[in-house]
Amino acid sequence: VCFIPGGMDCSISFVSHVLGKVCVHGRQNEILSILVPRLTDLTQSDCIWQRICWRLVECVPDRWMEAVVLGFVQRAPRADVLSRLLGNLVVKNKKAQFVVTQKLLLLQYGHTTAVLQNLLGYLSLDSCRRALLIKVLQELLETWGSSSAVKHSPPEQQQYISKAILICLSHLKEAEIESCRQELLTGMMEGVKCHLDSNLPQIRRLGMIVAESISAKIITDGPVLKFQYEDDDEARELKSLLVHTPPSCVVSSLPDDDRNEKADAALPLVLESNKKSHTAAPVMPDEGSDAELDSDDDLIPYDMSEDKELKTKAPVYIRDCIEVLTGSEDVDKWEATVKALESLVRKNPAATREVNVELAKILLHLEEKTCIEGFVELRQRAQVAVLTTDPIPVAKYLTSQFYSLNYSLRQRTDILDVLVLAAQELSHPRCHGKTKQSGAQKPCIHLLPGSESSKDWRRIVDERIKSKTRRFAMGQSQVELASSPNEFSSVAGYFFFPLIQHFDRPLTTFDLLGEDHFVLGRLVHTLAILMYLAVNTVAVTAMGKALLEFVWALRFHTDSYVRQGLLSCVSSMLVSVPAERLLEDLTEELLETQSWLGDVVEKDPDGDCRRLALQNLLLMENLKKKLKTVPS
Amino acid sequence: MALPPPDPQFVLRGTSAAVHTLHFSCGGQEPDVPVLFSGSENGFIHVWNLRTHRVDTALDGHGRKSVYCVETVGGKDRLLSQGRDQRICLWDLAEGRTSVMDSVFTENVGFCRCSLLKVAQGRWLMAMAAKALEEVQVLELPSKTSVCTLKPEVGAKLGMPMCLKLWQLNSASQPLLLAGYEDGSVVLWNLSMGKALSQLVCHQEPVMSLDFDSEKTKGISGSSEKVLSIWSLNEQQNLQVYKTHQLVNAGISDITIRPDKKILATGGWDHRIRIFGWKKLKPLAVLDYHTATVHCVSFSDHKNPGERLLAAGSKDHRISIWSIYTQT
Repeated sequence: VCFIPGGMDCSISFVSHVLGKVCVHGRQNEILSILVPRLTDLTQSDCIWQRICWRLVECVPDRWMEAVVLGFVQRAPRADVLSRLLGNLVVKNKKAQFVVTQKLLLLQYGHTTAVLQNLLGYLSLDSCRRALLIKVLQELLETWGSSSAVKHSPPEQQQYISKAILICLSHLKEAEIESCRQELLTGMMEGVKCHLDSNLPQIRRLGMIVAESISAKIITDGPVLKFQYEDDDEARELKSLLVHTPPSCVVSSLPDDDRNEKADAALPLVLESNKKSHTAAPVMPDEGSDAELDSDDDLIPYDMSEDKELKTKAPVYIRDCIEVLTGSEDVDKWEATVKALESLVRKNPAATREVNVELAKILLHLEEKTCIEGFVELRQRAQVAVLTTDPIPVAKYLTSQFYSLNYSLRQRTDILDVLVLAAQELSHPRCHGKTKQSGAQKPCIHLLPGSESSKDWRRIVDERIKSKTRRFAMGQSQVELASSPNEFSSVAGYFFFPLIQHFDRPLTTFDLLGEDHFVLGRLVHTLAILMYLAVNTVAVTAMGKALLEFVWALRFHTDSYVRQGLLSCVSSMLVSVPAERLLEDLTEELLETQSWLGDVVEKDPDGDCRRLALQNLLLMENLKKKLKTVPS
Repeated sequence: MALPPPDPQFVLRGTSAAVHTLHFSCGGQEPDVPVLFSGSENGFIHVWNLRTHRVDTALDGHGRKSVYCVETVGGKDRLLSQGRDQRICLWDLAEGRTSVMDSVFTENVGFCRCSLLKVAQGRWLMAMAAKALEEVQVLELPSKTSVCTLKPEVGAKLGMPMCLKLWQLNSASQPLLLAGYEDGSVVLWNLSMGKALSQLVCHQEPVMSLDFDSEKTKGISGSSEKVLSIWSLNEQQNLQVYKTHQLVNAGISDITIRPDKKILATGGWDHRIRIFGWKKLKPLAVLDYHTATVHCVSFSDHKNPGERLLAAGSKDHRISIWSIYTQT
């Protein structure tokens, strides 16, 4: 599109119409890819061209305005370019304002960080538009802080809004922050509460980063809010958005980040080399030159083979261990006992059985007295050892304690983890008296804090669906595993049913259906794993029925972690309960579940839930096909 | 085939408290009895008769607060003792007396043992930790006048002085002080100028004990970690690390070099006494008798080499006396 400059009065409205129509029909990319760079160059220094450009976009009819504005925002390489191209369009045109401030920020969330930066930078560059910037920030903060948004909107949208907030913050000036300090503070406090309440670590981290940034901006003196979270690439990217890059720099923050990182890396190297030159370098005398007769040769050394490391001895009997753990003040002995306990329990099953419940009780309440490495793991392994040595009474004790008063959340989740690990151990075939993982195909279920058992779940279920045979031996030299009775089958019921019994009965300090939805989520995942491990056991059908009822009661729970757990329960039930039993005993429930799953696939906001529901529907399809092929 | 390590020649019992310090005085002529002075945690200083193996006298001068240093000041009639009651006492033990002649109030609540050096007939220098945290004060005895106060420079962050050693190359040269500090460094101080001549970081943990051989200008230090560090002084009065030796168990509480500079003994937190050859730090023996931390080791000053003894005092209230490598 080429215009003849000069003092001519041209009407551009025709061009605007064409532009608008083309954009609305979906050809934004083609036309704007040529138009925008050309206009960028032309408007660089020429005021007249700027005016022309502004008239161009202003004359686009309202019904096509959105497409045009969107195209420009996406195409413009930098915020100042966008400013030159659009001018004060957002202030003059209501539709444009709606698109820029509401639609692009709050209703859509698929745009890249660069687009966000362009948009918000554009708003900040002109004094007329800055008022809009503040309004936008307030609305974003309101959305960020609303608890229903945190619970129901997808994590991607929440991340988008968080990024927008951070970029807005980076553009705000002191005076503006002063004027809206109070609102920022209240918004942040409400928002951080909802975010920390969530079960998904990603949401929690977003909340922490945004809250830290806001507090850093508004609190100029005194201590600033500081959280502890995993500082990986995502967190660093978010934090880099806070640094306002001046318009002359390259747009996307990532190359800047690289440059900053390289500069940071160069500094520590310089510091280290300085430090090295200060400490005295050891001077090694030339050993060979020491030729004088060594009078030390006259001194004959004595036998020093007894000189070994001094170790505090751990007790050798289980009852001694109990004594040390409950009463002893000697911390060295306590440490040695904690380290030795698991192996002692495994070596002396008869002695352990005599004191099983007592030992379980002590371990459940064991607090870290001194700083031992891996204390949590040691305690957990000892608990698992006790549980596997004498499953029935210890399981009874643990499941009853799960629903008792005055336990901390950590202890309750500990109980769940221990039950799962013990169940896993009991259900594996023991080869030559040792428990080994058979082959690479069997995935390990790691339940130490901070793990996402739902991910392992999907892997397990996928493998189950895909593999026709379970190969135990890999390679020719492997010995085939000896088969042994499944020890879990006789005790599966004791693990499973008590956990499912009282979930709807609230206690004063523990309300699964209310505030403690984190524990509920863990409980649901635990039940799913127990169900999976109960394959080929006698109680599996009864377990399946009870589990399905449980899932049915909770299927509309608001927490997405709980919903993921419920869907895993359904998967493991479909996989573990034999097909014939499923069809005979559970037909109506299965049909109802199928319609519920269809609903979840379409309407659930959480991506993981939808995937799991789809998987379950696939499993059900496979089931139907399998039964159809069996000649009846 | 190496011989098993020897047993103690005899064991002194009767202190009824952990033994923190030992000092022999066996150089006297007949009919002087060789004695061993020991300071315990209950505040008593026991004078052991090495012929009868019994306590001859018990001195109570530190208000039942732990005594952590005893040294003779020119013969066994004068004894210097340092206790946790912040006092250094000078005892007169001649002709059966047991009285405190003089005392210095140090105002220091640490555990740093003082160090004595004879500079002239009747004159001694004593280095001790001073009231301020990082300072070392040197007094002249018996006049108790302050010779100098050694302050590390601001920002040096050495911590408390942990162990001291006054020495001079020969009777004509300047006395120098080696001090081991809490941050693991050993500093060489010039007393006349009150300045540090050299500083060497030899350990990551506090220096627990050090000893120095002024003939070879080589010293050794032990700390709470598993490393013994041997360092030397070159012509420019600079300290350099000469060698390090790894131990089996961490923690050394005392190191002492035998007066003939042939062997040295270390007392460890692992209840064991280790003997090394001084020339090349060749491990010679590990003496395992005590059942708790060995707090102090000391060599005797017998004129007859064959009678030389090694004593070790431990937290288990025993003092073990060993006769080892006496033939050389």
